[in-house]
Amino acid sequence: MNNKIKRYIPQILTILFVVLIFGFFTINAQVNMDNRGIDFGFGFLKQEASFDMQFTLLDYDGQDSYMWAYVVALLNTLLVSFLGIIFCTILGVIIGVARLSGNFLIRNSAAWYVEFFRNIPLLLQIFFWYYAALRALPLPEKAEPWFGVTYMTIKGYYIPSMIWENLNVFMSCLLASIISIIFIKIYAKKIQEKEGKQLPVLYISLGLITILPLLSFLFGGVTLDFEIPVLKQLAKTSFIFEGGIRLPPELIALVLALSLYTSTFVAECVRAGIQGISKGQKEAAASVGLNPNQILKLVIMPQALRIIIPPTTNQYLNLTKNSSLAAAIAYPDLVLVFAGTALMQTGKAIEIVGITMLTYLTISLSIAALMNWYNKRIEIKEK
Amino acid sequence: MFKHLKQLTSLVTMIAVVFVFTTEAMAKKSKTLKNTQKKGFVRCGVSQGLPGFSNADASGNWTGIDVDVCRAVAAAVLGDANKVKFTPLSAKERFTALTSGEIDILSRNTTWTLSRDADIGLTFVGVNFYDGQGFMVRKSSGITSTGQFKNGISACTNIGTTTELNMRDFFNSRGISYEPVAFEKADEVVAAYDAGRCDTYTTDKSGLAAQRTKMKNPDEHIVLPETISKEPLGPVVRQGDAVWEDIVRWSLNTMIEAEEYGITSSNADSMKTSDNPQIKRLVGAEGEMGAAFGLDNEWNLRIIKQVGNYGESYKRNIADTGILPDRGPNQLWTKGGILYVPPAR
Repeated sequence: MNNKIKRYIPQILTILFVVLIFGFFTINAQVNMDNRGIDFGFGFLKQEASFDMQFTLLDYDGQDSYMWAYVVALLNTLLVSFLGIIFCTILGVIIGVARLSGNFLIRNSAAWYVEFFRNIPLLLQIFFWYYAALRALPLPEKAEPWFGVTYMTIKGYYIPSMIWENLNVFMSCLLASIISIIFIKIYAKKIQEKEGKQLPVLYISLGLITILPLLSFLFGGVTLDFEIPVLKQLAKTSFIFEGGIRLPPELIALVLALSLYTSTFVAECVRAGIQGISKGQKEAAASVGLNPNQILKLVIMPQALRIIIPPTTNQYLNLTKNSSLAAAIAYPDLVLVFAGTALMQTGKAIEIVGITMLTYLTISLSIAALMNWYNKRIEIKEK
Repeated sequence: MFKHLKQLTSLVTMIAVVFVFTTEAMAKKSKTLKNTQKKGFVRCGVSQGLPGFSNADASGNWTGIDVDVCRAVAAAVLGDANKVKFTPLSAKERFTALTSGEIDILSRNTTWTLSRDADIGLTFVGVNFYDGQGFMVRKSSGITSTGQFKNGISACTNIGTTTELNMRDFFNSRGISYEPVAFEKADEVVAAYDAGRCDTYTTDKSGLAAQRTKMKNPDEHIVLPETISKEPLGPVVRQGDAVWEDIVRWSLNTMIEAEEYGITSSNADSMKTSDNPQIKRLVGAEGEMGAAFGLDNEWNLRIIKQVGNYGESYKRNIADTGILPDRGPNQLWTKGGILYVPPAR
């Protein structure tokens, strides 16, 4: 009896304490908002936003609602996070493997890279890329073309846009080739398991993914034109490029800073993962006649991944949350647009900050769930 | 067992007591004046650095006409214009800082609009600067009027201001497509515009004039003549404390009316013996002008003596610093401007 009470009392106390704290904050906020005549509610989401954004993936105009402004800003946040995660993974794996290279120069350059980029505050790096590197870029009228048709200027990176005709035919061809590749892969695996024969899956796939879409040009009536950016004069000394697609300098600076910074942490995760595999594995693989490439691909990496994935997930989450530093350089992400402009215009601080927090929580949990699923898939299946 | 129970009860009582007391204290009507006098300083929210309006020098001394409003209130309620604690705020933070009680006056070149006054628990007490939004461009661009703006122009500005909304109205009504580049801090806007990221920089004209002085080469930039909006800037207080609201309002009014009657920081004492009863009321020599606020009778004399009248404040902060030597609409109504305040009587 005594023991039971002893066991439950701390737990009841904790619950009571949590409830009290939450109750206190809710009541406190309510009382103070009442005193100051501030209403609580989400009705403002339907109101006209009446401000513009410089860069959006979907059509947005100031006449749209705050709700739509939220969606568009969220997509901008997701875009930066997505690009950042892709680039930091590619860079991180290369640098991580390079750090274990037998070549003195490669090994040490990689180490320097990691020490340099992970030890400078991220915000400073963003400022560097945006203000220092941007200032060095030419004005549009002085820009030299890169690859003949793209222009890197202080106002952004202008690239040609593609004008498709019958895009849907092309897309269905692409889809068909991807599906057939998947089937071929499954079939090849079966053959290998049964007869020990290896099909040249890579070549077949490459062939399929080029030939099928190419056929759509010949027989499907698909055409592709490029719209090349052209210099246009706005005033005596002010120019822009017209036509094509423009990647704003804010997006470029942000993706660059985020992926360089995070790639150092990913590189360390990769290095830890590879070094975590006992040397005997490598030696055993070598003794059965695998070449260094095969050793890395077939023996080391599948095991190392189990060590690499969980800490790398953390880095992906960090990158996503760090993308909110966009507000410092005018990239219209969720924090700048929704928790910034929209909050200011409506004054709905509690509602908007609440929504923003919930949104980041949802994004982070989704990434974590995805990575956990992948982690489960590659972990050792014990029989 | 008993020992545990005793600890438990005392803990629960403690939590309950703290909970009840704080809620009760917060539920009562805010007594900003009483709190200010108890603390011994006025809590004032200002900008993060806008020359002429609120700007701190190297040793942390704040100057500017927005700063002077807070100093006037400090002189009135505490007797010393220096008893002000300044909190620099970004445009985005300012209203939350005020409504959450972090500051008691927001004097930060803030535009008085209907939605701000009505929606967010704020009350505007008056106007200390009549302004309008304008555009700055590089001289070398050859642009001399907003009529020369063309499709594709990029405009740098601040987020969280009326500027963002006016800009949209302006470009939309003229059918010009533009690229808004909105930063959180004014310094970042100036840096980006100066680097050539934007073709034009838009904000209140006084702000343009002030920021121009901060640029690498101020002579390379001009402010276009057009004004695209009305921006009456003034101090703001929290809703719900009518007395405090009145104190701030009449501190500002005192400065403006003192100029109207020619009372300055140097002649204020001698004005006590003036023949004009209106002047005597403004220097606390006639009537009971402070009683309604819970202040003594010389509260307004202290404002004039320690801070000066509006004209002195304008000259010291805006004209003599070369920001806007011409007072424009911010001249007294008797001299062709629109500064007109209700009489103190």
